Amino acid sequence: MDEQRKDDGIVLTEAQKRARRSRSIAIAVALAALVILFYVVTLVKGPIVLMRPL
Amino acid sequence: MSLVSEGANFGGSMPAAAVRVDAEPSLAEVGDYIALMKPRVMSLVVFTALVGLAIAPVPVHPVIGFVALLCIAVGAGAAGALNMWYDADIDARMVRTARRPIPTGRVQPGEALAFGLTLAAFAVAVLGLTVNVLAALLLAFTIFFYVVIYTMWLKRSTPQNIVIGGAAGALPPMIGWAAATGTLSLEPVVLFLLIFFWTPPHFWALSLYRADDYARAGVPMLPVVAGDAETRRQILLYTLVLVPIGLAPWALGYAGLLYGATALVTGAIMLVLAWQVRAERRPADRASKHLFAFSILYLFLLFAVLLVERGWGGLIGRLVA
Repeated sequence: MDEQRKDDGIVLTEAQKRARRSRSIAIAVALAALVILFYVVTLVKGPIVLMRPL
Repeated sequence: MSLVSEGANFGGSMPAAAVRVDAEPSLAEVGDYIALMKPRVMSLVVFTALVGLAIAPVPVHPVIGFVALLCIAVGAGAAGALNMWYDADIDARMVRTARRPIPTGRVQPGEALAFGLTLAAFAVAVLGLTVNVLAALLLAFTIFFYVVIYTMWLKRSTPQNIVIGGAAGALPPMIGWAAATGTLSLEPVVLFLLIFFWTPPHFWALSLYRADDYARAGVPMLPVVAGDAETRRQILLYTLVLVPIGLAPWALGYAGLLYGATALVTGAIMLVLAWQVRAERRPADRASKHLFAFSILYLFLLFAVLLVERGWGGLIGRLVA
């Protein structure tokens, strides 16, 4: 039994699966929002976005 | 509500990283991560930063203004998460904070640490790249001050913790102003001083009727260390300094009559309430509760009127012209 469990690795409970899924969705939404945000900022700032004196 | 976190300990106990270490897969929900960011504190930070941004004489593109506020909000959230990571040991001992995500085991300390550091780096980098370097440096300094100077050092070692630590909560209007102008001047410094001197009477009023909780957790708040009467005296003294600073934007000419009248009336109420707190003795706590509640309204009203007069009012004026 222990051997079987070892082969399967860590087995998530239903609650852990639900929590992981909600976190994954949140990360996906945040990434999509950032893509849109950076796109809009680039449009707003125009070519100056590439001019950055050190 | 305060810009400064309310749990602390001067026992020099182990930080949250030592509280619970196991290899169980996380049960943390999205809401737990939001709770780590202290959304109520974050909302006040965003509001005061918005006022700093809006009263600046340089108009800001709405998208850039939004990005600046987003970065300030995320930076404040990062500081909150790092605060909860470090203070989880004492949070677990205080009634008010015992249900936070780390003490309850919903979020592991390491997860909170990684979350806070990632958000902090992200917020500072994006603010620097999309808005300006001065605003990013101020945000980085604010996070550093709140986490290292206040949380890790002052909070557990001195009853002046919330006085000096209050500087972290007072900086957002300066970041907002810097985001708009790329410089600093007298106006945001006065707003900084306003929040800085508002923090002690606000916070000590709360600590007067939460003294037992702080004492149990070993927090060196003024009522625990210096006693009830001294705290009440200090509240009155700080309020005496606060009220003239509240009038300063009007006296210096960058706020209008509405602001001046609001600051005068609400400042007078603050003084009356602080005097009542001075006269009160334990176990009575009615005056302390009144001052704590009204101090939130006081700060909100001053910033809201400033926003209407200088921010939205100015914007409407420019559009009409």
